Amino acid sequence: MQKVYGSAAEALDGLLSDGMFIAAGGFGLCGIPELLIDAIVDSGVRDLTIASNNCGVDGFGLGKLLDTKQIKKMMSSYVGENAEFMRQYLSGELELEFNPQGTLAERMRAGGCGIPGFYTKTGVGTVVAEGKEHKDFNGETFVLEEGIFADLAIVKAWKADTTGNCIFRKTARNFNPPAAMCGKVCVMEVEEIVEPGELDPDHIHLPGIYVHRLIQGDHEKRIEQRTTRSK
Amino acid sequence: MAWDRNQMAARAADELEDGMYVNLGIGIPTLVANYVGDKDITLQSENGMLGMGPFPFEGEEDPDLINAGKQTITELRRTSYFDSATSFGMIRGGKIAAAILGAMEVDEKGDLANWMIPGKLVKGMGGAMDLVAGVGRVIVVMDHTNKHGDSKVLHECTLPLTGKGVVDRIITNLGVLDVVEGGLKLVELADGVIEEELRAATEAMIVN
Repeated sequence: MQKVYGSAAEALDGLLSDGMFIAAGGFGLCGIPELLIDAIVDSGVRDLTIASNNCGVDGFGLGKLLDTKQIKKMMSSYVGENAEFMRQYLSGELELEFNPQGTLAERMRAGGCGIPGFYTKTGVGTVVAEGKEHKDFNGETFVLEEGIFADLAIVKAWKADTTGNCIFRKTARNFNPPAAMCGKVCVMEVEEIVEPGELDPDHIHLPGIYVHRLIQGDHEKRIEQRTTRSK
Repeated sequence: MAWDRNQMAARAADELEDGMYVNLGIGIPTLVANYVGDKDITLQSENGMLGMGPFPFEGEEDPDLINAGKQTITELRRTSYFDSATSFGMIRGGKIAAAILGAMEVDEKGDLANWMIPGKLVKGMGGAMDLVAGVGRVIVVMDHTNKHGDSKVLHECTLPLTGKGVVDRIITNLGVLDVVEGGLKLVELADGVIEEELRAATEAMIVN
């Protein structure tokens, strides 16, 4: 079982194809798989459908894949920080499927757990429920949402051991575990790879069974909104 | 005379009770945190945190620690972190006692519109649809009228909805209204506001 690869490009070797469906972890620019995104840009793979809460910002994160026009469709809950996104969307070059944030997270989690659909009250009576099956339970109406089964998951954790057991840090966890779970193959980048036994088994956030390939690297970790208070 | 942003936030803070887990939206709702006083309130940030602390001191920002508005924040001794599916599990599952949110429009049936203006830039609903569908109590804090003077408290929302029949209480610069059977019920007038003034600024049916 060799999961550790030397670079993002090596870790993605043989996994990328035009028109594929990728689930990506991260919230805003927090906890995004920077290194894997860069390698996907370099690969030139096209017509991607990407499920990710956001689409980066202009020139960083998934925004890089917009600049190179490698994305065909986004499944997101919020895309407000990206002028190039708006340009491509309004000109019809880019498809967009809005998902409520919790529905998107649960669709990933469900897909990873082998659940093809689930009922939720989120979005009932709004445009996101239009055309979807509705069902009443205990006098309340719910809408059917489908699990996400992605070809590939790209995620970022803080530390992992060589078997892929990993730990996230603070709010950088966000969509990374559900995104990792819903990929047929999951490639993870971390800040540090350690030997098995160095992480407390009781403190593992995501077991290595979900992680197929692993790389370590330096992260820019750009801050989107730097807010402070005075001392 | 009417309430300003901070007075609206202070009034909204009166809605919170000791021990509550609460989610605050962006804008005026964020200010509510400044007015909870001695009450033991735990703030949820839907990107995966309970026990949200204040902004960090300059130089102590952590890129791995942000709120749902993507601002740098800090943790508290009680803080816990979790993934997005767990976060919205506790929202959808009714574990969060209340959400205080901004709005573009609210109507007399409790419908809420706060995520999209057709034909304008569309940013997305984020977690708003999940919050209004799932939390125990939805409190809207907003100006009573828009910048053209038109009422934002309507018979029926004109913008795409965030949720249908989800709002419990509306706090505006003019006063406080509850969504009840048949319309809205006046609960309280803002300082220096007379009832005629609030009624004139309200399109929705006000019932006694």
